[in-house]
Amino acid sequence: MKLLTHNLLSSHVRGVGPRGFPLRLQATEVRISPVEFNPDFVARMIPKVEWAALLEAADTLHLVEVPKGPIEGYEHDEKFLRQMHHVLLEVDVLEGTLQCPESGRLFPISRGIPNMLLSDEETET
Amino acid sequence: MALSCSLNRYLLLMAQEHLEFRLPSPFWILSIPSEDIARNLMKRTVCAKSIFELWGHGKSPEELYNSLKNYPVEKMVPFLHSDSTYKIKIHTFNKTLTQEEKVKRIDALAFLPFEGKVNLKKPQHIFSILEDYGLDPNCIPENPHNIYFGRWIADGQRELIESYSVKKRHFIGNTSMDAGLSFIMANHGKVKENDIVFDPFVGTGGLLIASAHFGAYVYGTDIDYNTVHGLGKASRKNQKWRGPDENIRANLRQYGLEKYYLDVLVSDASKPSWRKGTYFDAIITDPPYGIRESTRRTGSQKEIPKGMEKCPESHVPVSLSYHLSDMFFDLLNFAAETLVLGGRLVYWLPVYTPEYTEEMVPWHPCLKLISNCEQKLSSHTSRRLITMEKVKKFENRDQYSHLLSDHFLPYQGHNSFREKYFSGVTKRIAKEEKSSQE
Repeated sequence: MKLLTHNLLSSHVRGVGPRGFPLRLQATEVRISPVEFNPDFVARMIPKVEWAALLEAADTLHLVEVPKGPIEGYEHDEKFLRQMHHVLLEVDVLEGTLQCPESGRLFPISRGIPNMLLSDEETET
Repeated sequence: MALSCSLNRYLLLMAQEHLEFRLPSPFWILSIPSEDIARNLMKRTVCAKSIFELWGHGKSPEELYNSLKNYPVEKMVPFLHSDSTYKIKIHTFNKTLTQEEKVKRIDALAFLPFEGKVNLKKPQHIFSILEDYGLDPNCIPENPHNIYFGRWIADGQRELIESYSVKKRHFIGNTSMDAGLSFIMANHGKVKENDIVFDPFVGTGGLLIASAHFGAYVYGTDIDYNTVHGLGKASRKNQKWRGPDENIRANLRQYGLEKYYLDVLVSDASKPSWRKGTYFDAIITDPPYGIRESTRRTGSQKEIPKGMEKCPESHVPVSLSYHLSDMFFDLLNFAAETLVLGGRLVYWLPVYTPEYTEEMVPWHPCLKLISNCEQKLSSHTSRRLITMEKVKKFENRDQYSHLLSDHFLPYQGHNSFREKYFSGVTKRIAKEEKSSQE
């Protein structure tokens, strides 16, 4: 699971609503997988990022050189975009958990794939 | 800037496939502002074989020659001058000509100011005569209905159908989408470079491959743990288990598209896990119809009906049958919420043909219906490729408006699509058809 994905996921346990974001990340196995750098795509993603959640996740994984927020003129700043490219797309959580910050419910990540399934009782109506 | 008084005309030659998606003739005359645009069109289409700059056409050879004589010479000359090489091809549709007949037709064009040299192997310019003898192989006319003459510009992407064929793909499922259709869906979704495309019923990821081919980054979810992980019985005949590298990521890797893989998740499309916001440029999907793959939704432990398998460990018992109409309204709502403005939803809608009316196509206040193409599955069932575009921002009150709409009740009938498909009704229809043929 990439950190870009983690940044878009939220718990849908019944009753938590917007307090289900961000999911608390815990990783037991992480892999760095190089991905071809595409500055245009990374630049497109910047406005979609929730920075506090990204920084929290990056911190959990002990990542360094993580920009603290979008900088002015980021669309043309290669250094910034490369750093964001690495954080968002190249850090792959293979094993771990995502935890609903409100209910504590755990969603497992195995083989890089999060399992978000809940039973009917647990979900929003 | 003034427009030129005659827009350039091009002849588009369609392949004889997916005929229900278009008007009957494979010949289309299009007015296109520039050759670049015509070439770009051909870089995307899997439905068209070739495009030609149209120099003349008519219903008879005489009409064709007159038409050619009226085509501005200054537009011809750049391709006919003495330093260039060319060849003339002739295609006939629904008829075969002898070599002698072909040569005669080419010779008849000698009045055109060709000054270049003929080169049959590697000409700089290729010209084509196209003769249309209609669509009925049982009734071939003596003379063609239409004759066209033009300069070949480009071919379409039909070889993608072969190179991305499901037959050669490493990881497939029972209902993997035919490669041609997956490219058509990506085109309906207006997928372009750097888009994010999502498939909420991703299965083995076939639809994502087409989007990745056009440069989009892809997400998928599926409720089936085994499919997402690439575990369990393989769908390929004679193969026992899916190999260790059989999964969606591996499929993209097979085509050199791994860099477009974002993530796949095990998730229930009726209970999505995305935070509030608009992220997807396109949602392209083939939801289960409840025939070859089951329609499922997560449910509570108490509600498990007899015979449903229980999934081990981190899986959740699946139980409730997912009414088709609920599924499509959930899908439209989800699309309305998460698509960017102008983004597209492309999906297949299964239909019991005897009862189908246009009013049944699911509706949503934020989504505009762009197209509705039928593909017949059997004598009494078909599926429709529905394309919608988000035209209005989503507000909370939008999510229940379908309940007030006329469209909701008619489609309710499709909850029994599965029953109708298997029921005695359909068997009776099949029997009646058989006896009427005898």
